[in-house]
Amino acid sequence: MAGRVQLRTLGLGKRVPSGADELVILSDIDLEVQRGEVLAIVGASGSGKSTLLALLAGLDTPTSGRVEIEGQDLFALDEDARALLRGRSVGFVFQSFQLLPALNALENVMLPLELAGRADAEQAAREVLVRVGLGERLWHYPRHLSGGEQQRVALARAFVVRPKILFADEPTGSLDAASGRDVIELLFELNREYGATLVLVTHDEGLAARCSRTIRLTAGRIQP
Amino acid sequence: MKGSLKLALRMLARDWRAGELRILGAALVVAVASITSVGFFADRVGQALVRDAHQLLGADLVLASDRPWKADVSEEITGRGLLRAEGVSFISMALAGEGEAARSQLAGVKAVSDSYPLRGRLRVAAAQGQPDAPAQGAPRPGGVWLEERMVSALGTPVGSRLRLGEATLRVDAILTLEPERNASFFNVAPRLLMNISDLPATGLVQEGSRIRYYLYAAGEPPALKALEAWAKPRLERGQRIEDLETGRPEVRATLDRAQRFLSLTALLAAVLAGVAIALATRRFVERHLDGCAVLRCLGATQARLFAMHAGEFVTLGLGACLIGCAIGYGAQQVIALALEDLMRTALPAPGLLPALQGLLVGLVLLLGFALPPLIRLRNVPAVRVIRREAGDAEGAARAAYVFGMLLLAALLVWQAGDLRLGLYVVGGFGAAIACFALVSWLALRAVASAPAARLFGHLPGLRGSAFRYGLANLKRHARGNAVQVASLALGLTAVLLLGFTRNDLVEAWRRSAPPDAPNRFLIGVQPDQVASVNDFFRERGLGPPALDPMVRGRVVSVNGRPTGESDYQEERAKRLIEREFNLSYMDAMPAHNELSAGAWYAPGAREVSVEEGIARTLGWKLGDELGFTVGGERFSARISSLRRLRWDSMRVNFFVVAPAALLRNFPASFISAFRVEPGAEAALNALPQRFPNVTLVDIAAAVRQAQAVVDQLVAAVQFVFLFALGAGLLVLYSALIATEDERRREAAVMRVYGASRAQIQGAQRVEFLAMGAIAGTLAAFGAALIGQLVASRVFELDLPPNPWVLVAGPLAGLALLTLNAWLSARKVLRSAPLAALREA
Repeated sequence: MAGRVQLRTLGLGKRVPSGADELVILSDIDLEVQRGEVLAIVGASGSGKSTLLALLAGLDTPTSGRVEIEGQDLFALDEDARALLRGRSVGFVFQSFQLLPALNALENVMLPLELAGRADAEQAAREVLVRVGLGERLWHYPRHLSGGEQQRVALARAFVVRPKILFADEPTGSLDAASGRDVIELLFELNREYGATLVLVTHDEGLAARCSRTIRLTAGRIQP
Repeated sequence: MKGSLKLALRMLARDWRAGELRILGAALVVAVASITSVGFFADRVGQALVRDAHQLLGADLVLASDRPWKADVSEEITGRGLLRAEGVSFISMALAGEGEAARSQLAGVKAVSDSYPLRGRLRVAAAQGQPDAPAQGAPRPGGVWLEERMVSALGTPVGSRLRLGEATLRVDAILTLEPERNASFFNVAPRLLMNISDLPATGLVQEGSRIRYYLYAAGEPPALKALEAWAKPRLERGQRIEDLETGRPEVRATLDRAQRFLSLTALLAAVLAGVAIALATRRFVERHLDGCAVLRCLGATQARLFAMHAGEFVTLGLGACLIGCAIGYGAQQVIALALEDLMRTALPAPGLLPALQGLLVGLVLLLGFALPPLIRLRNVPAVRVIRREAGDAEGAARAAYVFGMLLLAALLVWQAGDLRLGLYVVGGFGAAIACFALVSWLALRAVASAPAARLFGHLPGLRGSAFRYGLANLKRHARGNAVQVASLALGLTAVLLLGFTRNDLVEAWRRSAPPDAPNRFLIGVQPDQVASVNDFFRERGLGPPALDPMVRGRVVSVNGRPTGESDYQEERAKRLIEREFNLSYMDAMPAHNELSAGAWYAPGAREVSVEEGIARTLGWKLGDELGFTVGGERFSARISSLRRLRWDSMRVNFFVVAPAALLRNFPASFISAFRVEPGAEAALNALPQRFPNVTLVDIAAAVRQAQAVVDQLVAAVQFVFLFALGAGLLVLYSALIATEDERRREAAVMRVYGASRAQIQGAQRVEFLAMGAIAGTLAAFGAALIGQLVASRVFELDLPPNPWVLVAGPLAGLALLTLNAWLSARKVLRSAPLAALREA
């Protein structure tokens, strides 16, 4: 079964100094995520969900334990090597969209392909934007798009590189209920089409219920 | 790497389109344009100097002296197989016509031997307005060649006659080009060229006339070198060799000073542009921190991020530099046009070096102020996409600005071409910025303090929550606002200086001569003429002129130790100690002099009184024993007092005066400055005829001429000032928008929590008005202070404080920030809070 495990953590922990003491944000996280699995990480605010996601994606460094993506120990690599790994196999969707304001929708989606040096960046980006229903708004800047539309651009940007793993941090957190539903539908559809592993942080139990597995964080530990 | 560059170009196009880089680009263009405009112009003048250097000298080597050359020097030149010519130059009056129709004109007389010039050709025209042609040799005996200006002033066309001293000479041609005077900027007296064999007949070579004697040599370089080697050890005081390197030092010095002034103005523009670049880059970085974190998430390595942004900025820099160079090239042509009349020589096309220099300046500004903050972008942690507070490395940015300032300082010193001057400018500028920032910070905190708030709270229209919130904001943003206020003050200072102080200075300069100042100089009156000159004045109902004796002498020792130019570093001191200057004798101190130290000498004492400026320049102190030579005789005297003089009083002033008993027996001539009321000038018409050797100078005309020269220089400098003004405005603008994003975010949060538009607008108005008032006041005092410093140190003028600057500064600050508050409120309040938050 080892070949099926795409993401694994062993004794993962994160502490930060807080005055004279240390604040424990995460401790002893052991986790395995299978290829193609859709995993929801739920928990109250401050339970360590976002920190866990950041560590899984190699955006932050742990104080203990390890994270492996496809058997590769993330933190045996330096930050630049992790960035290259992310560029190759990881996609992101953020609560606050994180589109570049100076770039229009098409350029935002082209960006990861351009970083990877792909010659067909524009064509590929165009296709995904059409797929997410924004074929008419390619040239719009983020400030001229609604929240739902911005998140759809972000989905297009995440999937355009055909990531092996997609991390989504509260993808509906900044959206009203209707837009949130639309974005989630789209996220699941795309995930099926592109066959990626999806790790989703949310506090929405309804959304969690639609995932193949849910882990619950309380005070930095996985609830049994 | 190729991919990075391609991406960099794409990002450049995108950021440019989104308006992220416009101020940065504009600031670079202004900096480079201002530096290259002066650079190109200086290069053209420099090339012209090199090109005309041989012609400028009229020979390969020139020996110049303030007394006649001994025969052995002259023979040495021909003895070495070199060509030789001789020349004598001095200022004198030329006369034409008789009785009431008589006209006189001050002439720059030059008497030359037949073989002059040895290098280059003179050009002459057969009559006024006719085309000119190269002349064959020099004027023949009995004839003169006149500059056109001279012909007009005297009414002496070709073929007529004029009198010079006791000789009558025929006008043979119009002198249109004289190599030796090509690049000489400040010719007050037009040229009269004559044959040296006529000189004795004029009777003008006598005591008190300032005459230069020249020997010209031309030929093979080895022989020239040998001659130089032979002559050098034999040179006496007041004699020097001029060659291509040392040629025409006074022209060089004038040009150098003008160019230095222009380049300092250009530097001011560049420094201001540097501040605008720093502010604009800071904003760029703030706005791109999130984007870079996203790029890190998307797989960009640090090296990649840096290469991308560096590529983007360097490409922008190169583009802006090219545009700046093109504008600078156009601008230098306008400068050259403004100075066309002064130049009197066609300037060659500029070389490429100034463009390279401009490019370098642009890139140094960009590297100094933009690249270091970009390193901050490179170091953004990817986790910032999830935790926004991560990765605000302000410390790195501060270090970056220090780096930028150091680079800029090096640049300034290099550009000023003078370590001390450069450091002076750098230090002054740095101190001004630090002082502005500190005072702004203190003032902001004071305004926001509780007692001040209570005080202002009683003013109508300043009550309520908006006011309290505005004050709270002032305090909370004190550090950021201090930077903004200091930058604003800097920009405003530049604008005020260029808008008000410059005019005040020009006005002060124009006013500096009192209305009853003398307007005529009488020079070269011989001792036996004193009585008859006085009679001449009395006969015509004019008060007798105060004729002061003038003895030409030189200081050769100080406290018994020989002194010479090698004792001094400063160019002016070298010149002063080397030349003969005018001593005078009198027993009472003139009324327009002022004793600044010591006591006036007793009539029989071996003491002198020295002008304090020359004493400072030459390092003389009260009690020093000065050794003089006058007409080959030596004597010494102790400095018993220092005097303060007003050189712009238009009166006769002397560096050194002594008791009559000490100097009376030396050969002297007499000089006077007097005033002729307008309308009474005709009474003087007969003076040059009665006393042909005496020179009457119309100071008013000379001042008008000098004024015209200064006006032309001002026109040229003004043009460069425009760049500085543009840079100042850019600083203002970039300082204003520096905190716009933050304010927008805050306003959105406030609205979410129920603040009304009126409250937000009110709070912003309070904050902006306080900042405007502080910046405006700082700028007003800054401009006034700098104006005073420049007036007293550089121009030696009394500049009465202009109350308008003190009013205009704060008003401009308030008006500017009120406008900005209104614009900013429109932007902040136009969009829904959610949209504003989302953009933030």
